[in-house]
Amino acid sequence: MSETAHGSSHHSAHHIDVKEFHPRARAAIHNPQVRQNFRKAMDGLMSKRKSAFEGWDLETLRDLGANIRMRALASLPDLLEQLEQKLTENGITVHWAADGDEACRIVRDICVARDAKTAIKGKSMVSEEMELNHYLEEQGIEALESDLGEYIVQLAEETPSHIIMPAIHKNTGEISQLLHDKTGTDLSNDVEYLTANARLQLREKFRNADVGISGVNFAVAETGTLCLVENEGNGRMTTTVPPCHIAVTGIEKVVPKLEDVTALLALLTRSATGQHITTYFNMISSPRKANELDGPEEVHVVLVDNGRSTIYQDDELLDTLRCIRCGACMNHCPVYTRVGGHTYGTTYPGPIGKILMPHMVGLDEGRHLPTASSLCGACGEVCPVKIPIPDLLVRLRQESVDGDKLHPAKVRGHGAKRSGVEAMIWKGWSWMHARPGLYRLGTSLGARFRKLQPGKVGAWTQYRTAPKLAPKTLHERMKERGQ
Amino acid sequence: MSSRDAILQRLRNRTGGELTAPECDFSVLDRPDWSTAERLDMFERTIESVHGEVHRTTESGWIDRLAEILQSRGAQTLLIAKEHEIGQALRSATKNREDLPQLLVYDEPIESWQEALFNEVDAGITSTRGGIAETGSLILWPTADEPRLMSLVPPIHIAVLKASELYTTFHDAMQSQNWAAGMPTNALLVSGPSKTADIEQTLAYGVHGPKELIVLVIE
Repeated sequence: MSETAHGSSHHSAHHIDVKEFHPRARAAIHNPQVRQNFRKAMDGLMSKRKSAFEGWDLETLRDLGANIRMRALASLPDLLEQLEQKLTENGITVHWAADGDEACRIVRDICVARDAKTAIKGKSMVSEEMELNHYLEEQGIEALESDLGEYIVQLAEETPSHIIMPAIHKNTGEISQLLHDKTGTDLSNDVEYLTANARLQLREKFRNADVGISGVNFAVAETGTLCLVENEGNGRMTTTVPPCHIAVTGIEKVVPKLEDVTALLALLTRSATGQHITTYFNMISSPRKANELDGPEEVHVVLVDNGRSTIYQDDELLDTLRCIRCGACMNHCPVYTRVGGHTYGTTYPGPIGKILMPHMVGLDEGRHLPTASSLCGACGEVCPVKIPIPDLLVRLRQESVDGDKLHPAKVRGHGAKRSGVEAMIWKGWSWMHARPGLYRLGTSLGARFRKLQPGKVGAWTQYRTAPKLAPKTLHERMKERGQ
Repeated sequence: MSSRDAILQRLRNRTGGELTAPECDFSVLDRPDWSTAERLDMFERTIESVHGEVHRTTESGWIDRLAEILQSRGAQTLLIAKEHEIGQALRSATKNREDLPQLLVYDEPIESWQEALFNEVDAGITSTRGGIAETGSLILWPTADEPRLMSLVPPIHIAVLKASELYTTFHDAMQSQNWAAGMPTNALLVSGPSKTADIEQTLAYGVHGPKELIVLVIE
């Protein structure tokens, strides 16, 4: 089998149809367990975030976060080259991948060169984008998640339902049952007991893994430093114990200055989980040096594009790349809270997923993502780097019906929702509104024959009553009042 | 063309044209000028809120305090660095006292004793390169003498912090110590023992790293 053919087959094998958003949403809304698990978790996360920012000038801090990210994006190609040069000087090997398939092959080649059979993984959303675990397993390399949430999700053969809390869709009872079935622990609602068992199982895996695979939260160009944010210590284990560490990261994660991470870290942990800081902030700048007694002898970084350089082309869409993956937008989203993360069928769920995933899967596949929102604006208000998510949702809605001459559509798969009939109706609407005589005739006829208006108007009346014309037009009423 | 060159070319030939970089004003991170005592109070409060344990002690009293702490936990073994003054002080102390656990020196590459490190060491003691009051964080700067796993694998991590080396914020610490001039293989901020809330947002400590973090503050 050729490499490309293989790449596409491994992706289609675990394919979820993104287009089937509505049936999944309906099922989730009628599932009280899902509703309860998400509601409880999101309420907790929202109130923790709020108290974590008490005493801060949050607007100014968010401005700083946005500016740091914009400054980085403004010189992205130069920064990537600087990062590559610094990392290389530090002894870290840099790889570049155009898409997820190429990134998977790079990771495999590193494993094969070391004759590696087992990989232990720290949490990485980019590796989820790549569907790395399935790929490695097909290649005969065991890839085991070590973040407790990711470990649970992997045992359940599911995907994360939240980017920070992957197993948030399950309650303790469900997790206890799963761990009992898969690892033989006793059924128990004692979280300490369940956690202690996972610790035991995974410690052995850390000791024996041939390779450790992690993500990156920030990559600092001036020093060639990879920063990882975590609470459990599995990230440190993954990047310190195995003899080889492979970090996979999106190309947008680079920042110019080490100083930049201080503000981004302050925003990230408070926005994500309401923590002042996580237990560990891990800064890695080189493999084990000659006289050092531990740490991996080899460190690799895979810089993954996967659609990012295309998003980068457009001034408005570019803002999507500021994201620091805190998850605050989903925690505050009324839609996400009700339908849960799996409903989206995408690697990144919630508001950030709705503006990011159409670029990765195409607007034809992802046509329902930009409309899975009430445009209430909460996501934009809490975003620590001020991404105008609601504006981007509107932009993508426009793109999905192909916009107009002033707003040429650019995103792959644009126009998938354009309907000839609808376009014609709007054209007629605008034509009529430009002709006062015709407009009056039309509205007065409409008012006379309002009884003939349909009571059901497609999807609109699934959850709403149909709009009805008033018995008298505005012009008629004004006339009656003698004005 | 390689993927590298293709990516860089696409970024350079951006259809939207050149981007301007905004100014970044970090003054929002500034905090009032706290005294050492205020910083220590803040540090203690913050790290204790996430299950870190702080013991205030002195240059002459810390070994006594350490012995009490380890005895109360029933620790049999303590991992120390070979050259660092902390390890040196402990080694000479054990010559004339018996209340300290057996000292293990981290002086061999990990490959030769990995299993023992994971299964037989009860506690590890490291120095710090200062602390951060605002977030209750320790700055760890592992070296050839004080390797990375000392503060990660043993169930109890004891860190020695000089009160005079407490900074107010992360930004202060990084700028004052001029980190940008050269980073070590691995630098860390550690703020409490290892923890998780991945099971229904219920906090549990000691998931992969140390279950306890004990800070000896030398005043």
